[in-house]
Amino acid sequence: MLEDLFKVVKSRMDDKAPAEKGKKVSIPSDLLFKCPRCKNVMFMDDFIGSAKVCSECGYHSRLSARERLDMTIDKGSFVEYDRDMTSLNPIGFPDYEEKIASLQQKTGLLEAVVTGECTIRRHPCVIVVMDSRFMMASMGSVVGEKITRAFENATEKGLPIVVFAASGGARMQEGIVSLMQMAKTSAAAKRHSDAGYLYITVLTDPTTGGVEASFASLGDIILAEPKVLVGFAGRRVIEDTIKQRLPDEFQSAEFQLEHGFADMIVERSKMRRTLSKLLKLHEKDGGLA
Amino acid sequence: MSELSVWERIEIVHHKGRPTVRDYIPMIFEEFYEMHGDRLFGDDGAITGGIARLGGIPVTFIGQVKGRDIEENKKTNFSMPHPEGYRKALRLAKQAEKFHRPVICFIDTPGAFCGVQAEERGQGEAIARNLFEFSTLKTPIISVVLGEGGSGGALALGVCDELAMLENATYSVISPRGFASILWKDASREKEAAEIMHITADDLQRLGVCEQIIPEPSGGAHNNPQQMAENLSEYLGDAVQRLLKKDIANLLDSRYNKFRKIGMFSEPQAGK
Ligand SMILES: [Zn+2]
Repeated sequence: MLEDLFKVVKSRMDDKAPAEKGKKVSIPSDLLFKCPRCKNVMFMDDFIGSAKVCSECGYHSRLSARERLDMTIDKGSFVEYDRDMTSLNPIGFPDYEEKIASLQQKTGLLEAVVTGECTIRRHPCVIVVMDSRFMMASMGSVVGEKITRAFENATEKGLPIVVFAASGGARMQEGIVSLMQMAKTSAAAKRHSDAGYLYITVLTDPTTGGVEASFASLGDIILAEPKVLVGFAGRRVIEDTIKQRLPDEFQSAEFQLEHGFADMIVERSKMRRTLSKLLKLHEKDGGLA
Repeated sequence: MSELSVWERIEIVHHKGRPTVRDYIPMIFEEFYEMHGDRLFGDDGAITGGIARLGGIPVTFIGQVKGRDIEENKKTNFSMPHPEGYRKALRLAKQAEKFHRPVICFIDTPGAFCGVQAEERGQGEAIARNLFEFSTLKTPIISVVLGEGGSGGALALGVCDELAMLENATYSVISPRGFASILWKDASREKEAAEIMHITADDLQRLGVCEQIIPEPSGGAHNNPQQMAENLSEYLGDAVQRLLKKDIANLLDSRYNKFRKIGMFSEPQAGK
């Protein structure tokens, strides 16, 4: 199997014009995974087999919402909320509709977040999964509304909520309306909290900007995947201000743990089990009734 | 409102003589005792706060401080708060809730500070916590954008029952320069960005973000700070009286719904 792959890679390389040979070899993206953190190269099959975790540095790479749900929740338990909700163009940003349409085509998603109800090892909860392939899962009206409704549904039904956060921040193409989604989602999280229900945040790659500065930082329990990027300001913005390069660990999950902004770092292979145990601890009589 | 272009308004807002929080405090309040510190880390000069008296009524005041000169800007970090600034604001707001005082917030910031220490101390968490806690604070909250309302750093003092904006003030998710630089990879297109971003008081009233526009003296607040302060006082006095009459449960429901209804989306099968 591996040898076959090698052959394919090799023959593709051989296709290159002679002038390009020996200079820069481009890697066929569908066959190999190159870790953005440590530059380690893995065969795609191995990478997928290890739940998209880098074998060298442990970076937990980005997942689609579908992949995340498949590896987290009980098969067949998912009931999706608000699947058909789509974006409009609140400030008339040029070409916004076209951009959305092309992403819908490319990702098979209508927007950047999937919400619904499910069970995790038979423990019921509301679940929110952001998908960074869709405009870096930035938060505009649809993302804000679907997450707000997820909190409201959880409050109404007395359910805990688990949010897999991933986002570049507010969706600038929607102007001030996107900023207001931060207040809207946080207020819904507050009502859920005041009603006495559990909110678990899972910080995944990347959780930044207006999402990090709203609901993603408000969980009763905040988990993070290893090596992922979590922070408020863009790294380049800070580097430009202080005129020096920041260390690689800056704004990592480990950085957040060290500074007191995450409770635990949980590997992907242990996430489902960890979530189910935490859900159980918060059920009536500690789940032993 | 006067017929100025967005860019002209931005220039007025950045005018060197534009009155700041420090100018308004003595003109608006009969008394003001400044309080310091977040009780966790330190005292942030970018946000001032304390207890004041407005038309006889005790209120808690919180405001972002633009410096009027380089010396003052060094102390106030050009009005870009660190997490301890937001946490000081929250501490004072909680105190206001305890003593049933209305909270008045003046917003005037390019944004929350982007720096190593701000990240280490949880800038995102500090902003998020304010959005969370202010949403159910059991006392009236009035926020006023004086000049620049920059992104999450402004919103952290902007979860309120009523948002007012001075006539020439702007409030945006990112600066026009940042918008142009990120979306068009060309910061020099900032004027064009300003025109399409919908960031003026008028725009924000139309989008349901801003409830009141406070008129400025002709040409901008710097032309007559005294007049501007009077306009502000008049609005604040009225708003405090009005909001104090509401019962708390109603007040909190309207506050929730004020933000709840902001957003534009389509739902083909919305029949639930
Ligand atoms: Zn790696």
